Amino acid sequence: MSVKDRMSGNEAVAYAIRQIDPDVMPAFPITPSTEIPQMVSNYIANGMMNTEFIPVESEHSSMSATIGAEAAGARSLTATSSCGLALMWEELLVAASNRMPCVLALVNRTLSGPININCDHSDSMGARDTGWIQIYAENNQEAYDNMIQAFPIAEDKRVHLPVMICQDGFITSHAVQNIELNEDSEVKEFVGEYEPEEFLLNKGNPVAFGPYAVSNYSMEAKKAQEKAMEDSKEVIISTARKYKERFGRGFELFEEYRTNDADYIMIIMGSAAGTAKQAVDDLRKKGIKAGVLKLRVFRPFPSEEIANALKNCKCVAVMDRTESYNGNGGPLSSEVRAALFEYKIYPEVVCYTYGLSGRDFTVENVYEIFDELSGVSEGNIDIKQHRYINLRTKEEA
Amino acid sequence: MRTDINKINEQTPYEDLTEGLMMFAGGTSKHFKTGEWRTDTPIFDKDKCKQCLLCAPVCPDGCIPVKDSRRSDFDYDHCKGCGICEKACPFGAIEMIPGVEPVRR
Repeated sequence: MSVKDRMSGNEAVAYAIRQIDPDVMPAFPITPSTEIPQMVSNYIANGMMNTEFIPVESEHSSMSATIGAEAAGARSLTATSSCGLALMWEELLVAASNRMPCVLALVNRTLSGPININCDHSDSMGARDTGWIQIYAENNQEAYDNMIQAFPIAEDKRVHLPVMICQDGFITSHAVQNIELNEDSEVKEFVGEYEPEEFLLNKGNPVAFGPYAVSNYSMEAKKAQEKAMEDSKEVIISTARKYKERFGRGFELFEEYRTNDADYIMIIMGSAAGTAKQAVDDLRKKGIKAGVLKLRVFRPFPSEEIANALKNCKCVAVMDRTESYNGNGGPLSSEVRAALFEYKIYPEVVCYTYGLSGRDFTVENVYEIFDELSGVSEGNIDIKQHRYINLRTKEEA
Repeated sequence: MRTDINKINEQTPYEDLTEGLMMFAGGTSKHFKTGEWRTDTPIFDKDKCKQCLLCAPVCPDGCIPVKDSRRSDFDYDHCKGCGICEKACPFGAIEMIPGVEPVRR
């Protein structure tokens, strides 16, 4: 039985953490962090969960303590946002290379500069090659559902990798929306007991984590880690299926919204997918065959699945909420184009950058993009491959 | 999966390495003779030594063996020659000399 409520994304994730009741949560308790550690520490203070909360002096320390606790044998997680994630940088790679199944609740906010606190994906996208599994949410419901699936994915023997659960800053984290919550007992059963095979506090079975590796071992270790990331795809899919069977919600690697017969598909991540879907509904009424592919899992990147999902459309818009400063579009654009090339599927592709540092992204913007896509596919217009949405330029003045 | 790490070597394929290069053993650092990193070497003068044992706990590498409340000569297989023991000794019983060899030239 699910319970209907209304919550912000922060509240939803904190609620999921209470239900998961992990062993240890080290977190930096003030800005740039979110309300999530504060809400969890309230639950702990009120005796509603048993987690050991460690208030630390920085995010460098919160991730270090998460790794240490995880290595000791405790189910551990932390939460942060924006420059807090940047300060964890070194440890993010250590967590993944030491194959720690810990979890990070991330609220996506921009990185400086210019100094700004609003939503974009530059924090987690900057961390995309740290070896973490990355799962993105459109709204509070998905953030909640993804959080509950995080430990079953991370702790699976085929994976043993850390998982980052991402939601859009302010738009999702602070906006209050309706939500369906699972029963505590059902979440507990779904997540299960943590039974690590190897851990530091395992008396009589000494183990050392994270040793120095000379060149003769290091490359093999990295390949083994990469293989675990490849294998995690299957585990992410099966966990999502189990979750859907039990709770009736969710998607696997991505959601395909009205893409079946679509001529034009927009690939997008996070809260803006809702905006895109609204626009698609409106355009469909006018007979325009538009669709949305909302990416849920960015790491591992579902290359083959995305290429297949795009094989029958004429033109694709790839939407990046971060800049790669490579002169060629954002990271999602690079990945999608590489996937299409690899699987020899060649629709027209236009890469758009939108919503940086909290810039609005509206239904009207999506109309304009689909209008451009139809122009491109019919050869009427020739537009730049890499374009900004809602940008003031002399050209457009 | 707990494997015998002695069977892992520089020919081991990546599939057979331990996960995250976990080591299923303790105290493995003593197998690595890191003393050769040293550029200066402490020399122990047992005649000047009063066995006060101020030197042993300040050694960062645990290279001053203590048995039955008495120290013996340095563990040169692991001593890095940092010289902290020399500074700690009130009796001038430890002298730092240049080079990796614990012999006066």
